Amino acid sequence: MALAKRIIPCLDVDAGRVVKGVRFEGLRDAGDPVEIARRYDEQGADELAFLDITASHQGRDTLLHMVEAVAAQVFIPLTVGGGVRTCADIRRLLNAGADKVSINSAAVSRPDFIGEAADHFGSQCIVVAIDARRVPGSDSDPRWEIYTHGGRRPTGLDALEWAERMAGLGAGELLVTSMDRDGTGLGFDNALNRAIAARVEVPIIASGGVGELAHLRDGVLIGHADAVLAASIFHFGTHTLSDAKRFLAASGIEVRLDAIAEPS
Amino acid sequence: MPTLAILDYGMGNLHSMAKALERVAPESRICITHSAAELRAADRIVFPGQGAIGHCRAELAQRDLLGLLPELAREKPMLGVCLGLQAALAYSEENGGTPGLGLFPGRVQRFPAGIAEGPGLPPIRIPHMGWNRVEPTRTHPLFAGIAPGSRFYFVHSYYAPAESPDVAAVCHYGVPFAAALGRGNFFAVQFHPEKSQHAGLRLLANFSRWDGSCPAQVFGV
Repeated sequence: MALAKRIIPCLDVDAGRVVKGVRFEGLRDAGDPVEIARRYDEQGADELAFLDITASHQGRDTLLHMVEAVAAQVFIPLTVGGGVRTCADIRRLLNAGADKVSINSAAVSRPDFIGEAADHFGSQCIVVAIDARRVPGSDSDPRWEIYTHGGRRPTGLDALEWAERMAGLGAGELLVTSMDRDGTGLGFDNALNRAIAARVEVPIIASGGVGELAHLRDGVLIGHADAVLAASIFHFGTHTLSDAKRFLAASGIEVRLDAIAEPS
Repeated sequence: MPTLAILDYGMGNLHSMAKALERVAPESRICITHSAAELRAADRIVFPGQGAIGHCRAELAQRDLLGLLPELAREKPMLGVCLGLQAALAYSEENGGTPGLGLFPGRVQRFPAGIAEGPGLPPIRIPHMGWNRVEPTRTHPLFAGIAPGSRFYFVHSYYAPAESPDVAAVCHYGVPFAAALGRGNFFAVQFHPEKSQHAGLRLLANFSRWDGSCPAQVFGV
């Protein structure tokens, strides 16, 4: 087995600036996406994910400039999501240097958009972001429901059926976020990830809830995720990407260590 | 100043490739083009590609490149990337069967569903997405300075078989497959060097200086 499990730091972006406080030692301008991306790249990040939370159109142009600037300096895959609604949105992001786009609400409002996007650009660059919550009272035989709008709006869609449908339409990868766990630091909802992984052939990125390195390990070993995404444990300098890589390697998980300089 | 042309036929993200080449080949002029005149005048050509092969062939045909590419591949150093490797074979099973450029013999096929990398392991995911080890099978100038077993970034559901007289590097994902094929001054890689950090940039740097010659030694012989 040689394909490495991926670790993906995620950055929230507003008008081209990274928000949600990123604190690296010795980094003065904490909001500069290029500087942050470079730092994660040096630490051995396998990919980078940017989630755009900008509302304005002006902000969107700024996002494109940011993607261009990052892509000119960092030579690992970049996934950009947030407000992607049309094939024109996708084209602009790919032309700016994104390798994949993640699509969330637009897939719920019009599922065929995923099929069109995959036909047009290839499944390899279409990531469907799935935000799911456990259905209350379903603990013995858990079920999950799809939510949109940052976990506030229920859709009535069953998460496992939805995942299968999205993969069938041409999603190349699923980014699965547990809205129950997001921001809690309690770890992934591994039952959710595992259930989806068993249902589809495409790779799964686990997201939502990482508070310590053991959660990344459990995401792979228990949740069967192909990639694990985290934000705050890396942003606040609690752990570096290199720490995470070494921890997973010590747990017997195949990771990419080539990029990590040995500690001097 | 030598010119390095990136073939633009409407398939995939050329920005990343251009940025990576600008970084590693400051002595070259990088141009993105589908003009036959510019391609003929270029010193080196990158033939990139993402997406489905049927679409790729249609776009090449629409720009009158199906005949020109094999001609250029004989004349000057050319690097195929991802779909640029798959399109170079004689045939692909994708899109109900699609003829290729025939620069290499063989058939491109889909990763078989349900196979695992070993006993007790879960079935492989398709597409093959992420960083995997690449083992050169012969010395080649494009692998100069890159340690055998280095990881490169892959994204693909179809592959060229490892059993090819032109294979230059292999990778394993449920089955062994060709990570690189090379014949004369045409070299092609299944992975994305422009997204493979240090090892990928090194391969692109090697290409930007390659004269197209290729010593025929084989490892371990």
